[in-house]
Amino acid sequence: MSAITPEIVAEHGLKPDEYERIVKAMGREPNITELGIFSVMWSEHCSYKSSRRHLRKLPTEAPWVICGPGENAGIIDIGDGQAAIFKMESHNHPSFIEPYQGAATGVGGILRDVFTMGARPVANLNALRFGSPDHPKTRHLLAGVVAGIGGYGNCVGVPTIGGECDFHPAYNGNILVNAMTVGIADTDKIFYSAAAGIGNPVIYVGSKTGRDGIHGATMASAEFGENSEEKRPTVQVGDPFTEKLLIEACLELMATDAIVAIQDMGAAGLTSSSVEMGSKGEVGIELDLDNVPQRETGMTPYEMMLSESQERMLMVLKPGREAEAMAIFRKWDLDFAVIGKVTDTRHLVLKHKGEIVADIPLGPLVDDAPNYDRPHEATEKQDVLGPDAFTAPESNADALRELLATPDLASKRWIYEQYDHMVMGDTIGRPGGDAGVVRVHGTRKALAITTDCTPRYCKADPVEGGRQAVAETWRNITATGAIPLAITNCLNFGNPEKPIIMGQFVGCLEGMAEACLALDYPVISGNVSLYNETNGQAILPTPAIGGVGILTNYEQRASIAFAAEGETIVLIGDTEGHLGQSLYARELCGREDGAPPPVNLSAERRNGDLVRGLIMTGVATSCHDVSGGGLLVAIADMAMASRIGATLDYDRGGVPSYAFLFGEDQGRYVITTNSPELVLEQAAVDGVNASVIGVTGGATLKISEFDSISVAELTQVHEGWLPAYMAIP
Amino acid sequence: MKPAVIVFPASNCDRDAAVAIEKICGVKPLMVWHGDSTLPDVDLIVIPGGFSFGDYLRCGAMAARSPVMREVVARANNGTPVLGICNGFQVLTEAGLLPGALMMNAHLKFVCKDVALKVESNQSMFTSRYQAGEVVTYTVAHHEGNYFADDATLDQIEQNGQVAFRYLDNPNGARNDIAGIFNKERNVLGLMPHPERMIERDLGGADGARMFESLVASL
Repeated sequence: MSAITPEIVAEHGLKPDEYERIVKAMGREPNITELGIFSVMWSEHCSYKSSRRHLRKLPTEAPWVICGPGENAGIIDIGDGQAAIFKMESHNHPSFIEPYQGAATGVGGILRDVFTMGARPVANLNALRFGSPDHPKTRHLLAGVVAGIGGYGNCVGVPTIGGECDFHPAYNGNILVNAMTVGIADTDKIFYSAAAGIGNPVIYVGSKTGRDGIHGATMASAEFGENSEEKRPTVQVGDPFTEKLLIEACLELMATDAIVAIQDMGAAGLTSSSVEMGSKGEVGIELDLDNVPQRETGMTPYEMMLSESQERMLMVLKPGREAEAMAIFRKWDLDFAVIGKVTDTRHLVLKHKGEIVADIPLGPLVDDAPNYDRPHEATEKQDVLGPDAFTAPESNADALRELLATPDLASKRWIYEQYDHMVMGDTIGRPGGDAGVVRVHGTRKALAITTDCTPRYCKADPVEGGRQAVAETWRNITATGAIPLAITNCLNFGNPEKPIIMGQFVGCLEGMAEACLALDYPVISGNVSLYNETNGQAILPTPAIGGVGILTNYEQRASIAFAAEGETIVLIGDTEGHLGQSLYARELCGREDGAPPPVNLSAERRNGDLVRGLIMTGVATSCHDVSGGGLLVAIADMAMASRIGATLDYDRGGVPSYAFLFGEDQGRYVITTNSPELVLEQAAVDGVNASVIGVTGGATLKISEFDSISVAELTQVHEGWLPAYMAIP
Repeated sequence: MKPAVIVFPASNCDRDAAVAIEKICGVKPLMVWHGDSTLPDVDLIVIPGGFSFGDYLRCGAMAARSPVMREVVARANNGTPVLGICNGFQVLTEAGLLPGALMMNAHLKFVCKDVALKVESNQSMFTSRYQAGEVVTYTVAHHEGNYFADDATLDQIEQNGQVAFRYLDNPNGARNDIAGIFNKERNVLGLMPHPERMIERDLGGADGARMFESLVASL
């Protein structure tokens, strides 16, 4: 065994004081295998060492929460003995280095987190952020990421039903690829990762272990420099065919009672899976590495423990059930090997060629992981800018036409048509609406699922941005008629060692926590991705939120498409014409300053509860929340989705028309109805501001007597941008 | 009616096909594993969509050589109706039950969307509940749906009236806008669009249901 030098320690991404902690935990110098294990377990990715103490502030409980953060994914009760299991995870760094495989394995990893708990995955979503469209890498990265997500999700046969995609120069050197999976399980068939039963066999199933992805977790915990492409060998390669077989084999075995505990091998592969199973179960794990199915010859213990080869799982079985389990995996042509046993030592002991090559006390490995209280500095508040701070457009129709063709608002059809969003035969709300909707197979229930975040708000005011990100998912779910239940998140930030970045993180979490509490909408799983910087340039703070809600009867739901001609259009919520940090300000006035629109959480809840009630009772015939781009963009979306125009006639109450139409005031919805009096009456009872703003019909959007644009033209510019952009070689 | 759905490793529309059959035909189909070398007595065989064997070789090439396929080919040649959807269509061309081949989409990308199809013939047990010339909406979801046959084969297919469905707006570059074809005897149909995904209003339409109704009527 070679001696551990300071250079070797540094290469493992460990600070000198962290190495001292390791020596103390071990009571001796570690060997290289042990050092490697500590380095991945203590990486930011696995240990959450900069974020742990702040994550505790998030509300995680509600009567319907079965399992909050800490397991592979979170679990909520959706009634009738069924549970929804979901999580979102980042694959930012690998996707920037190798977009196809980086994104594909991101999808594979999040799927495993969900089916390892006993759920059949029923929906995928993804939140994507790219650099400026003008940046020379953007087109290549976008094409590769989308192909990778499709290549993996389409093959495993899980529909990709939604997500988001926007662009900003802050992501030029560090794109974000956040993938979410939702699965459904029976509440009495949920599987956890805590190993138990001294002497029980530890089983390895799935693909063979190769030398790919060694140190992926450490890479994902470091900033990029000029030579980031040299890290390509640390990106894993996905095999969706094997994943599909693994899903079917695991679910088949899970239908029996042979499994004690199960855990997928994600980041840090065999290391993190065995360590987590042992430490959660407060037992020891002994592995004989000679029995690990290997793809290459001559692999060292170090390589086997740190490999991030994909599509692998670790299980503890009840004694004597090996043959039955093996038969299932053999049928699916997957490797199955007994590689160790559960012990009472509370140590991770590794044997290789008859010798003990590592012996690590699990307690210190997990409990003594660094837990930093990094200095954090709050972002300075920006001035609230009134409508007068922004120039009025030549005409509101022209401004709308221009906005609908901007990268963030343009149709993402080019992306979602590359994803199979219909497989499994339960997609009743397709991409392009407020939330994707999938039926719970064989029932009247359906899940409404969305991902959202407005990073420009988070940059300007992290607390307000954190609130808004949570509130917007809640709003998107509400707009389908569903009851929002819980969220997962993917917290993407820059280098936490910089106080201003750490301040963004702390601020966003504070805002998120407030919104979760006010909306009874807890966090049940999540992931933190830090060091999203290239050459010292940080991304916009991006706490992407994935929300899940339930329709107890999917017949009573709404879509964004106008339902018919001649219906009354009603705006729900208060409009003050807030243009600071709006897309109008950025795209049409070239300004990215000012405070973002504030979120009033009690109004948010009142407005949303009213709207949901109107949908459930069939009073609202279509519904869309008002978000980026403001009211006129929301109405245009509804018109384009239905090919039905509208004539607007509204009282703007002293607000300039462009601020009324393009302001991004929060907590608002547009609904259509045949009973406007009923809507206004109910709104008055609930203390909600509601006003009639027009009527549907025709083929034109008539904004005022002299200002109109045809729905066909809107559709053409809205659908045109992305395909035209991607067609340029 | 005694239908069977063949399941290959990484078939992923096998359940969708079974659900559609059960809902429209009122019979639960037998799910038959690809490795079985015998096939029970059935009167309809469905080869479902998906990515059999990951599509790592030519799509459908591996599946066409699975043990059960020998029996499927024999039954087809004896007149048992065989329906291949998407990957199933690819399998049927690889198995030699249908002429031509499915190449990568001309634009090189996967495509999932609703497509308008013209029903070319209702003179078959798969299409009797449609009007000839009627336009229906199905969903496509494929990366290799670009139908190809050489000129001579194509002429034959056209002359024999073997084209079952044609795209109105070709999504993949298929020759002659071909979305689905029969064998000469019209007991085998392969098509890229998914009828089983269009069986109720909530899914976007019910045009696909009539294919299964046609089968009920003739079996």
